Amino acid sequence: MIELIKEPWPWYVAGPIIAAVYTLLALFGKSFGISATLRAACSMAGAGKKIPFFNFDWRSQIWNMMFVLGSIIGGFIAANYMMNDEPMQLSESTVVALQELHLESYKTGIYPTEILNWESLFTLKGFIMMVVGGLLIGFGTRWAGGCTSGHAISGLANLQLPSLIAVIGFFIGGLIMTFLLIPIIFNL
Amino acid sequence: MSYLKYILLGIVFGIMFTKAEIISWFRIYEMFRFESFHMYGVIGSAVALSALSTWVIKKLNVKDIGGNPIVFSPKAMSVPRYLYGGIIFGLGWALTGACPGPLYTLIGNGAYMAIVIIISAIIGTYFYGLLRDKLPH
Repeated sequence: MIELIKEPWPWYVAGPIIAAVYTLLALFGKSFGISATLRAACSMAGAGKKIPFFNFDWRSQIWNMMFVLGSIIGGFIAANYMMNDEPMQLSESTVVALQELHLESYKTGIYPTEILNWESLFTLKGFIMMVVGGLLIGFGTRWAGGCTSGHAISGLANLQLPSLIAVIGFFIGGLIMTFLLIPIIFNL
Repeated sequence: MSYLKYILLGIVFGIMFTKAEIISWFRIYEMFRFESFHMYGVIGSAVALSALSTWVIKKLNVKDIGGNPIVFSPKAMSVPRYLYGGIIFGLGWALTGACPGPLYTLIGNGAYMAIVIIISAIIGTYFYGLLRDKLPH
């Protein structure tokens, strides 16, 4: 049993857990959408004084902040007590592509430590990935009115055409980044 | 104490995000290269089952724990806001390898640089608020 938990979990375990979380939140009277916490953070910091968009009661999002706090704790628990030492099982063609990007950290972890570190933040490559990447996420998700949880899960589950358009947008942007821009950025 | 259930749900979520490698930059890269079914299976099965539970809740008029009707508010129809906003978000998702949920869970995984990405995302959200009236919706 312990061994099974320490193996990576397949999609047919993860997908139903996401659906269960979505459904429980609905039963609690809340709608699943994590990027709303970013807007609440702006409001909390006082951005509502000048910009009406942030002038709302951020306390209505405290439950969401508790949820993301829990997800940080969950990440800690999984990383420290529920992982084995096996490297990720990525597809062979992905591994070839990663090597062309000079990334080796997939052998030892689940995120690229070559770029996600403090020294790298002060290089062009690291700055683009972390700071520009974050700006794009924040700006885009609010313009589109939601991120993966709000549109790809909640919106599609409620058969919303706007969410389908947003998800198509996510993929247009994602494909441009993956095939056109990442090869340039990672070789800077 | 009423917030405890959200923390517990979040913990389950964070564990699942980590164990199914959804927080992995490499998995998102693999997904956008269409080289594995994993992420499509995760999102596809999550959407299918969520759609089923949404349908049941509507059909049976299920009330929430406070006794209030559960409302799934429809989203106002438009193309530019969802398409342009979606494209910009997609660029950021593929670049950082994380959407907002995984960004938080990454912190628990010891990827403290995710904090820099989250702060940048909050600033990005602020920029949107600043420019909102000038953007097509």
